[in-house]
Amino acid sequence: MSYQGKFRVWRGDDSGGGLEDFTVEVNEGEVVLDIIHRLQATQAPDLAVRWNCKAGKCGSCSAEINGRPRLLCMTRMSIFQESETITVTPMRTFPIIRDLVTNVSFNYTKAREVPSFAPPKDLAPGEYRMQQVDVERSQEFRKCIECFLCQNTCHVVRDHEENKEAFSGPRFLMRVAELEMHPLDTADRVDQAQDEHGLGLCNITKCCSEVCPEHIHITDNALIPMKERVADRKYDPIVWLGNKLFRRS
Amino acid sequence: MPELERHSFDVLVIGAGGAGLRAAIEAREHGLRVAVLCKSLFGKAHTVMAEGGIAAAMGNANESDNWQVHFRDTMRGGKFLNNWRMAELHAQEAPQRVWELETYGALFDRTKDGRISQRNFGGHEYPRLAHVGDRTGLELIRTLQQKIVSLQQEDFKEFGDYEARLRVFQEFTVTDLVKDGDRIAGSFGYWRESGRFVLFEAPAVILATGGIGKSFKVTSNSWEYTGDGHALAMRAGASLINMEFIQFHPTGMVWPPSVKGILVTESVRGDGGVLRNSDGKRFMFDYIPEVFKDKYADNEEEADRWYTDQAGNRRPPELLPRDEVARAINSEVKANRGSPHGGVFLDVSTRLPAEEIRRRLPSMHHQFKELADVDITAQPMEVGPTCHYVMGGVEVDPDTGSSSVPGLYAAGEVSGGMHGSNRLGGNSLSDLLVFGRRAGAGAAEYVRAMTERPTVSEDLVGEARATALAPFQQEGGENPYTLHMELQQSMNDLVGIIRKAGEMQEALQRLEKLKERARSLTVEGHQQFNPGWHLALDLRNMLLVSECVAKAALLRTESRGGHTRDDHPSMDAEWRRKLLVCKAEGDGATVTEKPQIPIRHDLLDLFDRTELEKYLTSEELS
Repeated sequence: MSYQGKFRVWRGDDSGGGLEDFTVEVNEGEVVLDIIHRLQATQAPDLAVRWNCKAGKCGSCSAEINGRPRLLCMTRMSIFQESETITVTPMRTFPIIRDLVTNVSFNYTKAREVPSFAPPKDLAPGEYRMQQVDVERSQEFRKCIECFLCQNTCHVVRDHEENKEAFSGPRFLMRVAELEMHPLDTADRVDQAQDEHGLGLCNITKCCSEVCPEHIHITDNALIPMKERVADRKYDPIVWLGNKLFRRS
Repeated sequence: MPELERHSFDVLVIGAGGAGLRAAIEAREHGLRVAVLCKSLFGKAHTVMAEGGIAAAMGNANESDNWQVHFRDTMRGGKFLNNWRMAELHAQEAPQRVWELETYGALFDRTKDGRISQRNFGGHEYPRLAHVGDRTGLELIRTLQQKIVSLQQEDFKEFGDYEARLRVFQEFTVTDLVKDGDRIAGSFGYWRESGRFVLFEAPAVILATGGIGKSFKVTSNSWEYTGDGHALAMRAGASLINMEFIQFHPTGMVWPPSVKGILVTESVRGDGGVLRNSDGKRFMFDYIPEVFKDKYADNEEEADRWYTDQAGNRRPPELLPRDEVARAINSEVKANRGSPHGGVFLDVSTRLPAEEIRRRLPSMHHQFKELADVDITAQPMEVGPTCHYVMGGVEVDPDTGSSSVPGLYAAGEVSGGMHGSNRLGGNSLSDLLVFGRRAGAGAAEYVRAMTERPTVSEDLVGEARATALAPFQQEGGENPYTLHMELQQSMNDLVGIIRKAGEMQEALQRLEKLKERARSLTVEGHQQFNPGWHLALDLRNMLLVSECVAKAALLRTESRGGHTRDDHPSMDAEWRRKLLVCKAEGDGATVTEKPQIPIRHDLLDLFDRTELEKYLTSEELS
């Protein structure tokens, strides 16, 4: 049942590094993270990898396997051929700390820039009433485990450091959509999405949805509906005229 | 040697799970400057793994529910060993804590009339668990994380600095608490990323570090659960109670080997799933203990009717408290009636339509599909017991979370008493919120009332640094991974779900030898993000805490909740009146008996006398 698998793992730090070859035992039912752990325990005790729950629920062990953004703990070895060499590299969009660990602080900075939930001021705790059908839209987005694979894969920032300032990325545009669709949120988030978070930079290639380990329909259910709301407000000629004539300064 | 990084705060919270974040929010809302120190990234704490829900007697699903009923269920679940004051506060305050989450932005599943939906769970008389599908822990952690961000946004508006009063130090490990005389003065630790040391000066520390599961081989716990808070508290002079009580969750995955131990939520059973052995028999009917006979159905017809008519029928035995179900599964496997990979079958596929399973149990469906190639809408799951939760922890004052060391507080899994000898499912998330908030307020009051701040002696800082660096100073010693595996195997085999005196004595001998070998661990490489070094330091905590578990378990010569003695199989009312208290001595632990605090009379009056007779001595009843 077990075999010797061939692996190439990126090792290094912010000053540089490269791929190193390893041959490691692989057993039935294992995932790539098991192999990385076996490497640590037997061949490379200081190999840095970030992980936590090992059940696809915390979103810590994001990396790229044969170039594809994935969770190490949810990638089963059985999807590869025994003869295949499996390459494991850190996420490319974020600065390297060491080996497979990257600095994901970009995401925490962006999270802080999204204004928080704003409930009606006169609604006391315990008095919230919402229908299941209405909470389900935002609930889909709240399945997000913040693995940041969507942020990593998004071409707006993947090889474009210069866009990071203006663009919050799919994860946090989805957070804006989540609050916009929250049945009790009172804030207006449509202009924000476009002006503060760079929604216009997204050209709906759906790469984010494709790599999402939670299978959230980020593009279809969050980004496109937000774009529609922006379009309704900004580009609808009657709304535009109304705003021109009646906007309070 | 690089200069030591120093910070000064009013309150340090160690741990960023539900309890830690709720404590930090409370202390910050009291106007104090708060730091949260956590080993993982912010938002990744083990709380995300909680699936089923938050127990709170809101009465949304059944109007008969109220805090007294919840209190009764909690005490029964813990076999009356619980600290009654904690169980009382918990049952009373849980609903407010859940409603408060909605004001932070949480989106729970709803009832038809738009209120928070509540689901059935083991040991709870009414549907009581507020939930979001089977990912309630994620909702809780994300909601608290987002509340912290909102407080930081307020501070940004006021001071131009997001971190003016609330700062999260993520991927940071605390190795020692520092005291000034008998009071807490701060903590010492290192950035996991760079290995650089940091000293925090603070008059109050709240421990919210969770559990100890990583000392066991088969566990649902993540790598963070190395008993850090338990060990930090002991070394600072505080005491632990109830360390012999460890909950083995009845349903962990058993196959494939690499995911052995990962949790399968109790909601599967709450929503209709049943346990069967290799003969296809629903075996739980054979394991209803005497004390629960009037509450649980003894035949399949009644059990099945209960899902639609709870007033007229007794509950299915699959929903007995976790300790009972775990022991039953263990017995079936031992009697060779187990599944191919050494568990039993948990089947929901023949009980609910596929669509309904995907809606109610989405992450279980996902987990089995991705990790085991099992479609739970069409096939049964294979499950078996997994080390899940430690009931024992820091002995605290129920109202404030204060330990016996001035300035040291504890909340959540790292504290002890609330759950007695066995925790009910769903009572953990509510525990985190109720006592996280109380510890935050308790610490804030303590700091407010203080006239003179403690100071940190440089000698203690030097000692802490030397201890942390020791694994780099030695050559030719052992690999920490090897020691860790041996520790896990010993605890699993010898102090596991079924215990015997001889085996526990052997475990203690092995622990002594492991302690000896741990003194000469060798770590390769440097301090920057070095997992071998991290493990070497965590081992010190795991060894100390494991010693407490084994010593307390050896002393308690009865079976109760999460402590089952093969050589003392029955529950003994005399033992209910005793707590076992662990303290640090040298580099080991001592365990002594202490009388349990008698239950207040008006709380005892909530139970029938016939029920109390099952648990209390005749002296207590007279």
